[in-house]
Amino acid sequence: MTATVPISLEVNGERIEANVPPRLNLADFIREHLQLTGTHVGCEHGVCGACTVRVNGDIVRSCLMLAVQAHGGSVQTIEGLSDSGEVADLQGAFRERNALQCGYCTPGMLMVAQDLLKLEADPSRDEIREHLSGNYCRCTGYQAIIDAVETTARQRRNRSA
Amino acid sequence: MKAADFAYARAASVEDAVALLATYGDRAKLLSGGQSLLPAMNLRLISPELIIDIGGIAELRGIAVTGNTVRIGALTRHVDVQRSPEIAAHTPLLKEAITHVAHPAIRNRGTIGGSLAHADPASELPACMLALDADLVVQSKSGRRRIAAGDFFQGIFQTALSPDELLTAVELPISAKNSAYFFYEFARRHGDYAMAGLAAQAVIEGGILADLRLAYFAVGDRPVLAGTANKLTAKTITPALLSEASRALGDELDPQDDQQASGVMRRHLAQVLLRRCVAALLSRPELVGATA
Repeated sequence: MTATVPISLEVNGERIEANVPPRLNLADFIREHLQLTGTHVGCEHGVCGACTVRVNGDIVRSCLMLAVQAHGGSVQTIEGLSDSGEVADLQGAFRERNALQCGYCTPGMLMVAQDLLKLEADPSRDEIREHLSGNYCRCTGYQAIIDAVETTARQRRNRSA
Repeated sequence: MKAADFAYARAASVEDAVALLATYGDRAKLLSGGQSLLPAMNLRLISPELIIDIGGIAELRGIAVTGNTVRIGALTRHVDVQRSPEIAAHTPLLKEAITHVAHPAIRNRGTIGGSLAHADPASELPACMLALDADLVVQSKSGRRRIAAGDFFQGIFQTALSPDELLTAVELPISAKNSAYFFYEFARRHGDYAMAGLAAQAVIEGGILADLRLAYFAVGDRPVLAGTANKLTAKTITPALLSEASRALGDELDPQDDQQASGVMRRHLAQVLLRRCVAALLSRPELVGATA
């Protein structure tokens, strides 16, 4: 067994110090060491998007990042975005439009949708599809998810108008 | 699945990284963005003894223009290339190609050096390096050398890099004022690996292709600079000439079957791409469907 490596990072605004084996990926660190189980693990090779989190402000696949690579960085998970209220309207729109069925893909979908809405206030349906294209919904509820993102974008524009 | 156990070293500088490579050679793997390496490790396709994390080496990051050259540090992320005003102004082919590389969350971590050193024959950036006539700069403990893109890619996941060498940057000549580019790929879904793709760079003078570089990907064990381009340069393109070039391209390429597409289908798609490319470069849409 290889020696553990000390890491220091911020997760949802909280300073975390830990010793981790190098092979531990960020998704497993978040779920098993920090007990933040909103980040889901699907394919474990970067295809499904269920494990999407923010690192230093950018969305990334936490299964394709080692926990040791997050050393010195800042991580935000769905718990952080949810507790701060940042995605409250988006979550409401998903609920309203029944855009979550089994719910497994939902945390990743919310992370990616919020990323798009920060970059683009008035995305077309094609742009929404394109930005969400790396996230699988095995219930195939894609239309409802796109509707919910579109609705949230419209509501935010109206609020800021 | 989870990656097998490995030892981990965080390189603080290029000197640090190449010193570790000199000791461990092919028992070590360099980790940059990890977007190809970590899937392969998670699937247990590879199990390196040592991971050398070069992600923190600031000198390997960034885009700089000097004279007629654009230099892109190996650790520059796809998203940084995509958003760079220098790339948009001087090598727009690359900006267009990046939009086809995987998905936003992957582009936020994946690096140009990682993609090139990985040398997947279906990936976009190696072909762009051929189309743009890039040089790749590599370093080892014993020194630095430059490798032309045409010599760098040697087979499926095979490059001219020695086990003790680190790719540090790519250097691209600034595209000429009268140049034009074309990029397209056929994939099952947007963001998936291509079944056939084409990155092309041309110089156009008075409706004539004065120079044309056609770099195909996903049609062989490495990106292919098609010799057929010579048939189309310095002359007026007619439907008959394009058909002749298309046949020559079919003879030149030897794509293989895999689960994505048969070799026959890939060859056909490459020929479709040739027509679309020439029609788009010359703004002559009638050439797309032209038959002799």
